[in-house]
Amino acid sequence: MSKPEPRVGLFVTCLVDLFRPSVGFAAVKLLEAAGCRVEVPELQTCCGQPAYNSGDKADTRAIALQVIEAFRDFDYVVAPSGSCAAMIKKHYPELFEKEPEQLAKAEELSARTFELISFLTDVMQLSDVEAAFPQTVTYHDSCSGLRELGVRDQPRKLLSSVNALSLVELSDADICCGFGGTFCVKYPDISNIMVTSKTGSIESTGAQTLLAGDLGCLMNMAGKLQRSGSDIQVRHVAEVLADMTDTPAIGAAEGDTRNGGN
Amino acid sequence: MQSRSHSFKENAREAIADPNIQAAMAKMKVGFTGKRLAAAARLPEFEALRDAARDIKNHSLANLDFYLERYEAKVLETGGQVHWAPTAADARKAILDICERAGAKTVTKGKSMISEEIALNDHLEEAGMTVVETDLGEYIIQLRKEPPSHIIAPAVHVSKEQVEADFRAQHQHLPAERSLSEPTDLVNEARQILRQRYLDADVGITGANFLIAETGTSIIVTNEGNGDLTQSLPKIHIVIASIEKVVPNLEDASTILRVLARSATGQEFSAYTTLSTGPRRAEDPDGPEEYHVILLDNGRSSMLGSEFQDMLRCIRCGACMNHCPVYHAVGGHSYGWVYPGPMGAVLTPNLIGVEEAGHLPNASTFCGRCESVCPVRIPLPKMMRHWREREFERHLTPKSVRHGLGVWAFMARRPALYHRLTGLGIRALAALGRRRGRFTSLPLAGGWTKYRDLPAPQGKTFQQLWAEKQKNGRAAK
Repeated sequence: MSKPEPRVGLFVTCLVDLFRPSVGFAAVKLLEAAGCRVEVPELQTCCGQPAYNSGDKADTRAIALQVIEAFRDFDYVVAPSGSCAAMIKKHYPELFEKEPEQLAKAEELSARTFELISFLTDVMQLSDVEAAFPQTVTYHDSCSGLRELGVRDQPRKLLSSVNALSLVELSDADICCGFGGTFCVKYPDISNIMVTSKTGSIESTGAQTLLAGDLGCLMNMAGKLQRSGSDIQVRHVAEVLADMTDTPAIGAAEGDTRNGGN
Repeated sequence: MQSRSHSFKENAREAIADPNIQAAMAKMKVGFTGKRLAAAARLPEFEALRDAARDIKNHSLANLDFYLERYEAKVLETGGQVHWAPTAADARKAILDICERAGAKTVTKGKSMISEEIALNDHLEEAGMTVVETDLGEYIIQLRKEPPSHIIAPAVHVSKEQVEADFRAQHQHLPAERSLSEPTDLVNEARQILRQRYLDADVGITGANFLIAETGTSIIVTNEGNGDLTQSLPKIHIVIASIEKVVPNLEDASTILRVLARSATGQEFSAYTTLSTGPRRAEDPDGPEEYHVILLDNGRSSMLGSEFQDMLRCIRCGACMNHCPVYHAVGGHSYGWVYPGPMGAVLTPNLIGVEEAGHLPNASTFCGRCESVCPVRIPLPKMMRHWREREFERHLTPKSVRHGLGVWAFMARRPALYHRLTGLGIRALAALGRRRGRFTSLPLAGGWTKYRDLPAPQGKTFQQLWAEKQKNGRAAK
C-alpha cells in the first residue's frame, strides 16, 4: 500500500500568474512528479507583500486572512518563490501577534507552507529530476529564500541531477540584485547600481543562462541584461528542473525558443 | 549636525555620480565582509557568542535605570563626576562649562559618534577653542570639513590621493618635496602633527564603547592608541556616552568585545582596549586630575518599551553598513546625518524624526544581510518596516504610493474582480509586447524602464490557463 498523495495548494504568486504562467505549470509538473496532488485555489491573488512592506498593515491583514481561508484545507501550501513563501511562513504570524485566534490560524498555515524547491527536497525527499539542459548556467540566491527560509543547497542539489547541465557559481550569489519589490521603482537610481553590479558578475561567469527561484528578481536581472545588450537567457529554476524550457526565456522574443540545443 | 536626510534621493544621485565614492565603496564592500567572514569562521562559538551578546544587552536595557544609577554611584565613588544630559543641548552645555572653567584653549578628541550627534566641535570652536580630532580618519575629515561617512571608518570615502592633497594643503610648514605616496607616510605625518597637540591639550574627550555598572569604568576600543593619549595626558578627561552603553560588569563587556572587533573589522580584538576608572589616584604614574562622564539620552529613553527598543542593543560595529548593498551604492554621506546604513535607517528617525529621515527606512530592499551579520541580532529590516507602518498611519507615505497601493489592495481583496481585470490587462500587455518579448518603455512604468527592459507577459494568466485546463480535462472524461 502506498502512502496517500499529499494534497498541495499551489500559491501561484501574482508575478507568475500575470507574467509567466509557464513557471506555475513547471511547479505543477514537479509537484505531481514528486507524488503530490496539486490544486490551485481561485481565491488567491497576492501574498500581500506590497502592502506589508509599504506599512499598510490593515490591507495586509485582510489579504492574509483571505489566503489563510483559501488554503485552509490543504496538507501543504507551496509557492514557486522564496519571497512569497517567506511572507506567509514568517510574516503572517507577525500580523496577528495580539489576536490569539487569528495567530493560531496563521501559525498553522505557516507550518504547512513551503518554497517550491526546498519543499521538493526537504519534504518530498526528492533527490533528482528527469531533465536535460545542455548549458552552462549560474544561480542567484534570492534574499528572502536564502536568509528567511534557508534555501541554498536545495536548488543546487536538484540542478546537479539535470543531464548535461553545468553550474558555475556567481561570486556574489548571496547579494541582493536590487529588485526589492517597490524599492526598484521608488529608488531606481540605487536599484540600478545594484543590478548593474549583479549583471556584471553574471556576465563574468560566462554562463549562457541565469537561474533563480523568484520571478521578481529574475525580471529585474533579465531586464538589465537585455538593456545592456547581453544575450544571456534568464529562467526560473523550476522551468529547467521540470524540463520545460521550450518557451522563450524571460523577456526573450516570440519564436526565440533556443534552449538546450544552443 | 544639520540633517540632509530629507534629500536622500538627491544625495544618493550625487554619490552615484562621484567616481571617488564609487571607487571607495567598491573596495570596502569586499574588504570588510571577507575579513568578518574569516574571523567568524575561526571561532566555533561565534554564533553562540552573538546570542550571549544579545542577551547581555537585553538584560541591561530591561534594567537600564538600575544599572545607570549603579554606574553613577561607582563613578562618584572613584572620584569622578556624572552629568546627566537629557538633550544634545544639555550635553554641549555641560562640556562647554567644564572646558571654560578649566580655561581650555586646546581640546583633543578620541573618536566619538555621540560628539558628532551633538555637533560638539562646532560648539567648542564657536567658544574660541581649538578642537583636534586624534583618530586618523576623524582627523582627515576634520581637515576636509566633512562629517564621517561610516561609524567606524569615518574617512572610508576618501582616497589616499585625496588625503595626500589635504595634508599638503594643511601642513604647509612641512617641506613641500616630502614623499606622501605611501599610506605609512600619511600615518607618520599625522602622528607627528598630533603628538604636539596631545601635549598642548587642556581637555581630552573620548567616547565609550561600554560603561561598566559594577566598577564605574568606561571602555574604548581603538586601533591607533590615540584614545589613550587623549585621555591620559590632559588634566581633564571627559567621557561622553549615550545611556544604552551600560552593561552590568566586566565579564559582560568581555563577552561583547569578542564579537565586536570580529564583526567590525575581522580582527579578533582591536589593537587597544582601554579602561578608565575615575581620575588619577595618588599611586598612579599618570592620568587626569578630573574625570567627567556625560550621559546622553537625546531620545533614547523614548525608544524603551517601543517597537524600537531592540535598536538600543547596537554596539556600533558597522557590520550592517559593511554588508549593505544600498550603503555600497550610495556611501554614508547620502544618509544625510550622523548614522548611515541600516542601523542609521532605524536609529535616525528615532533621534531626528521620521518626517526628516523618512527616506532612510524606505531605501531598503529588505535583503536581510544586515540582520544576518549583526553581532547582537537586531532585526533591522523589521524595524525599518515599523517606520513604514508609522509613516503610513500618519499619512506621511507619498500620495502617489498611497493611491497606487489603495487601488491594488482594493483589487487584491476581491479575487473574482482581480482575476477578471488582470486577465484583460495582461492579455493586452502581452499582445503589445509578445513579438519583441519585452518593453523598453511603457507608460506608468518609467521607474522600471528607465534602467532596464520590462519582460512582456506570456499571454493569458496562470489562473485563466489553469481554468481552461481543468475544463478541458473534465470535458475529455
